[in-house]
This record gives sequence, structure tokens and C-alpha cells, in this order.
Amino acid sequence: MSTLNIINKSPFEKRTLDQCLSRISKDDAVILIEDAVVVAMSGTSYDSQLKTATADKKLYVLTPDLEARGLADRSLLDGLTAVDYKGFVALVTEHDRVHSWL
Amino acid sequence: MEEEYSGGVEKKFIYINRRVPHGTAYAIESLETVLIGAAFDQDVSMLFIDDGVFQLKKDQNTESIEFKNFSKAYRALEMYDVEKLYVETESLQERGLSADDLLVGVEMIDRARVNELIDQQDVVLSF
Amino acid sequence: MKISILVNEGPYQHQASDSAYQFALAALESGHEVPRVFFYHDGVNNGTNLTTPPQDDRHIQKRWSALAQEKGVDLVLCVAACQRRGMVDEGERDRNKKDATNVADGFRISGLGQLIEAGIESDRLVTFGD
Repeated sequence: MSTLNIINKSPFEKRTLDQCLSRISKDDAVILIEDAVVVAMSGTSYDSQLKTATADKKLYVLTPDLEARGLADRSLLDGLTAVDYKGFVALVTEHDRVHSWL
Repeated sequence: MEEEYSGGVEKKFIYINRRVPHGTAYAIESLETVLIGAAFDQDVSMLFIDDGVFQLKKDQNTESIEFKNFSKAYRALEMYDVEKLYVETESLQERGLSADDLLVGVEMIDRARVNELIDQQDVVLSF
Repeated sequence: MKISILVNEGPYQHQASDSAYQFALAALESGHEVPRVFFYHDGVNNGTNLTTPPQDDRHIQKRWSALAQEKGVDLVLCVAACQRRGMVDEGERDRNKKDATNVADGFRISGLGQLIEAGIESDRLVTFGD
């Protein structure tokens, strides 16, 4: 059993990503959408924390939201996978439930 | 508005509450959803983590801000067969609170067990 | 798979309604069903037919209405949220003695039970909000 966790806020402003990562298990996945995509590139101060997370959990980022914020050509953090909306839908179906951390 | 559901399906619903009450309407609207949902005879749990623990704080007095004080309704949840209220120990501690500050009896769970609880659910509602 | 959606924010201020719409489209294009989109909190404001966004901007309400008409998605506005925010259909107009209605085609006002029912009858429920 596993959960797809949706994060939509920048961790530079709100603690939602930390709060999520401190509780989920290795079978779970996280998708960064909307303003949360700003943490998806390598070279941010969240680098090491997210590398720890991607060591045993799947992390995804929504490409259209990256593109909209001018970040599509930046190199993504190792272990992070970019998906489009259809990929997002597929993730929803592959996990047993969805938890939006609003 | 009375609503009946006779589909015969029982799912496990968890309502995850993570916000301070009153600053936004999410706390009261989560509670309203639980109360309406009770008529559907589903398996319901409520989980209070992060700032959501303030929703259960004793002695809320909303008179001066002219808000409805809905906090008392958490005590009535039992009458709706909503008996599974969980509060995360660490969230209380981080905020300088303890179980004695809460207005209703709850089950305290450690952060490490939160995911275990969510993993048993079919539907997660978090506003 | 049946995937229902919950939208908790109004149009234009927050991306939630746009994200929900793009997600719904992708789900339908992927061959899934989207039986219902439930609008709660400020999300009910997505259903007003009184908006006039600039021509070069997306028309959020019309996009939702088209999804209802073309794909049969049930768009439900929470009645309690509507009453607090001035979203009025004919039933609500008559019941509460108002002199106008503003619920767009394809949307209907109903109770929170419709959200619970969507949770019960769908395989997944995905929330978009603030």
C-alpha cells in the first residue's frame, strides 16, 4: 500500500514539504506541483535534504509548472523525475490513495 | 439537508487537519464534512497534526471576533459514531501543548505511526 | 479508473482550479472517467456565470462548463459554501428570496454528501487547493 503525496507550496515560504517528508514511508511518492516546483533543481539549499529523500522514495515534478516558472532548462536534482499531466494522472492510479498537503 | 446513502460500500475515510482554526475556514469546513459524512456509515478517522492540534485546544472563546465557536462540536462527534480522533504527540510538544490542553479525549500517536494510520485508509481528505 | 476531484479555491487567485482542470483533461484523455468535480470553500466561485475575464486570458468557468457538456462531468457546488458566498441557482433564489441567479451551465448546487459519495464511488479522489 502506498500514497501519492501532492505538494504545491514553495518550501522557501511554507514548511509543507518538510512536514510531508518527515512522515511518509519509503513506499510513498511525492509530486511537486504549482509553486513547489521551485525546489526541483539541483543547487538549492534543499539539495542534501531532497537527496536523502530520493534515496528511498520516488519524487516527481510537474513539467508544465516548471516551464511556466522559467525553470525547465535547469538541471533537475538527481533522482527526481519530471512528468506531464498524463504522467501525474498515471501516478494517481498507481498509488492506493492521494494526499494533498495543503 | 438530510442525505442518505444506500450503496452498501464502506470505505475508510481519514480527515487530516493541519491548520490553526479561525484564520481560515478550513477547520470548520472539515468538521462539517465529517458531520455530514457520518450519515453515510463509513469508517471515519480524524487526524490532527502540525497546527491542526490547535483545533482541539480547550477554552476557545470566539465572542470578540464574532465567530461561531464550533470547537464544542468536537465533543459531540461521538454521537455521530466518529470515535477515532488521533493527535500526533510531536505536534503538540512542538507547540508547547500537552494532552491536558485538549477539549476532547483523543488517541495520541507518535510521528512514526502517522504514516501507518494513513496507509490503512481508502480516502484522504485534507483541506 | 474513476477519478473524482475536489477544488477548494476560487478562479484566478490561486492555481488550484487551473491545475484541477488540466488534471481532469489529462485523466479523460488517458481513458479514465471523471465522474464528479466537487467545488468547496471559495472553489464554488468557479461556477459563477458573471465573470468577464480579458479576451487574452483563459475563461475558467467556460472551460469547466464545456467539460460538463462535452464529457459529462458532474460539476457540483457545495450548497453551504454557495449560500455564504452568493452563488444562487433557481432553487436557492426561490428558497432564500433573492432576485437573481448566477450558476453557470453545467454546474449544480448540492450538499456535501455529494463529496462523500464521490469518495465512496470513485477509485481515487484528488484535492486541489491552497
